[in-house]
Amino acid sequence: MMNKLLLTTILSVGLALPAVAATPQAGETLAENQDYTYWLLDAIKSMDPQINTDVEGSGILRSLFEGLYNEDQEGGLVPGVALDHELSDDKTTYTFHLRDNAKWSNGDPVTAGDFVYAWKRLADPATASEYAWYMELMQVKNAAKIIAGEAPVDELGVTAVDDHTLQVTIEAPLPYFPKMLTHASVFPVNRKVIEANGDKWTEAGTLVGNGAYVLKEHILGEKVVMEPNPEYWDNEHTILQKVTALTINDQDAALTRYLAGELDRVDIPAGRYPQMKAEYPDQAISVPQSCSYIYMFNMDEAKGPAALKDVRVRKALSYAIDRDIIVNNILQGGQAPSYNWTHAATEGFTLPEIDYASWTQAERTAKAKELLAEAGFGMDNPLNLTLNYNTSESHKKIAIAVQQFWKGVGVNLTLNNMEWKVHTDKMQNQDFEIARYAWCGDYNEASTYLDLFTSYSGHNNGKFFSEEYDQLMKDSKTAADPNPMYTEAEQILADEMPMAPIYQYTKVEMIKPDIKGAGLMNLMQNWYLKDMYRVAN
Amino acid sequence: MLAYIAKRLAIAVPTLLLLIIISFLLMHAAPGGPFTQERALPAAVLANLEAKYGLDQPLWRQMATYVWGIVSDFDFGPSFIYKDRTVNEIIAQGFPVTLTYGSLSFLLAVIVGVTLGVFAAIYHNSWLDYLAVGISIGAQVLPNFVMAPILVLVFTLWLRWLPGGGWEGGQWQYIIMPVIALSTSFMASIARITRSSMLEVLNSNHIRTARAKGLPERKVILRHALKPAMLPVISYLGPAFVTMITGSVVVDIYFSTGGIGKAFVDSALNRDYAVMMGVTILVGALTILFNLVVDILYAWIDPKIRY
Repeated sequence: MMNKLLLTTILSVGLALPAVAATPQAGETLAENQDYTYWLLDAIKSMDPQINTDVEGSGILRSLFEGLYNEDQEGGLVPGVALDHELSDDKTTYTFHLRDNAKWSNGDPVTAGDFVYAWKRLADPATASEYAWYMELMQVKNAAKIIAGEAPVDELGVTAVDDHTLQVTIEAPLPYFPKMLTHASVFPVNRKVIEANGDKWTEAGTLVGNGAYVLKEHILGEKVVMEPNPEYWDNEHTILQKVTALTINDQDAALTRYLAGELDRVDIPAGRYPQMKAEYPDQAISVPQSCSYIYMFNMDEAKGPAALKDVRVRKALSYAIDRDIIVNNILQGGQAPSYNWTHAATEGFTLPEIDYASWTQAERTAKAKELLAEAGFGMDNPLNLTLNYNTSESHKKIAIAVQQFWKGVGVNLTLNNMEWKVHTDKMQNQDFEIARYAWCGDYNEASTYLDLFTSYSGHNNGKFFSEEYDQLMKDSKTAADPNPMYTEAEQILADEMPMAPIYQYTKVEMIKPDIKGAGLMNLMQNWYLKDMYRVAN
Repeated sequence: MLAYIAKRLAIAVPTLLLLIIISFLLMHAAPGGPFTQERALPAAVLANLEAKYGLDQPLWRQMATYVWGIVSDFDFGPSFIYKDRTVNEIIAQGFPVTLTYGSLSFLLAVIVGVTLGVFAAIYHNSWLDYLAVGISIGAQVLPNFVMAPILVLVFTLWLRWLPGGGWEGGQWQYIIMPVIALSTSFMASIARITRSSMLEVLNSNHIRTARAKGLPERKVILRHALKPAMLPVISYLGPAFVTMITGSVVVDIYFSTGGIGKAFVDSALNRDYAVMMGVTILVGALTILFNLVVDILYAWIDPKIRY
């Protein structure tokens, strides 16, 4: 017997904002011009949902394709191709009911089989998707074995019961499973078009999607042009008529072109937010974004420096960093100083009482000196450490500031700037002492951060190990409410300090004030073109 | 002459092969690979990727497969990063862009540079000379990464005459600023080389003879001085032309032209091995070709040179 669980009842987010499609609010008049041009930092690497790995690429894919669920303005789930789902009593089988009016841009109906094909394609070793691990993260049955080549692709735990019923079996209960369905890598793809065109199926004119927009033009490194898809089931509510994404590799150049009126939305380069806010108060915005910036300590048995194995040293290093100076004087974009790992605005997450967060900086620095002295270091016997960071103006400024903070407590920090790939390679091989690191959440739930510090995580480059922590994170997967466990896990991180938290991201950008529905309050910064529109001033 | 050209082209083949081998080895010696990323890929996923792109093969076999692909099918392989595209497609899209703005920059740099240099030499130590030298030094010290933002600030943001970037199939208003930004420093070098070379020629014996037999100054300059004065300029122009038509990373980044200058630098940073090799081979082949063109031009200009 299955528990009928309608989507609307599992969602706690109120639907005061337009839930589905662009719906102007009372009192708003639509502008005559419904063209929209936005900025991309880089060329789009792939338009194939199962191949794409980029945030910018995902934005385009959310327009050209539609997954089981979409997100509303605040990040809550709303129906996409799926109307709702049921979860079995053992919490491992999801049955999705798909709408019967969803169509591909070539007029074919979107069926459960399209999802089965796409998901198998993602896990299939022959596809060699970099995001194949997402299937594993979702715990889809047999995903890990299929990726490792130990089981045939057909054994993936996803089946089409009929054209409009999709059944997914997962290995173990996963409370946030539905939230993971808005990720581009699990969007459906059209088998017929892929088999007919091979790797070329993503070209403009050939690409067939089931999203609200179709691809009109894609010139690598220059622009992407999209127009409404007349076959989309909710096309009557699509308002923007022509959307252009321009690649501009230089942030300052992009801002200049925004100011010249060539773009409607663009990021503000580091340090320029105060000036923009003063000059264009109605356009410069700073909203929370789910990413966390830290300095990772190498605690590896063999390769980590001895001093960093002492928790007093790790704590002292963290305490001595004046985060207020970093966010207020260096970044200047409304970023939040951080004393923990998980982004504080993550849905359902409650921060533990982290003691040093409430201290003054003078108190923290005093405590840092005391701890270092206990560990045998001080001004007359300084601790020598090296920090690796990858090339970037703001990473450099922060590193120099931290060098100064630590100098004040008797730590000599050598700064080691390296190219991105070298930095990453060294981190992943534990060839570092302290390394700059940042992590952005894959979904709006604390485990996307906390799983990283488990001993079995592939991203735990500092090799922090705590049995208690591992157990908490394992238990959280089956708990009715995992959030208290997340709070406890954060407390362990604060006590053990495997990294020094520095700040939590904000999305700092310029957006024309007549553009609505851009999902600014969605912590994941996932927007949907179909929900956006321009109002008359 | 034909035998000489044939010989030079024959040498080009082992030269290119050597270039390929050295670049290939250097590239693979750099830490990290195309799939190294902040979120380390699980071993199984990485193994699937390496199998798909042949990176699990021994280095010598990867290189042999790669070279064979080029020789047999003129196939430079798939991009490891822009996975919807092949290297051939990336070059086919980006090279015409850089070729267009590069050639125009070259023409502009040569015409203005040579003119400035010649006039500066003829009116040596006059205000015209100082002005020409001043302009060329100014252009030289203003690198294109400074020039580009200034151009955009003036022509896009203040005057609103030109779009701040993009290519749009090479419409004229999108070409102007890239051409100016790319050509200035080359123009300055050409002007300086022309000026000093011209000064030297103007003081030589055959010019004195030409003047002594009463030829008008215009004829002396155009017929007797300019041609020999061009020799050092031409040896500079060969490699400069290749540099210009294969694009500038600054111009590509700042004006979002979609050219291969950016693709080249990106491929190195991304460890996109195939794109990096493709562009390296293109630049290498063009360099060899235009060095040959320069040598042929030499023989045409200077009758003393015989091959």
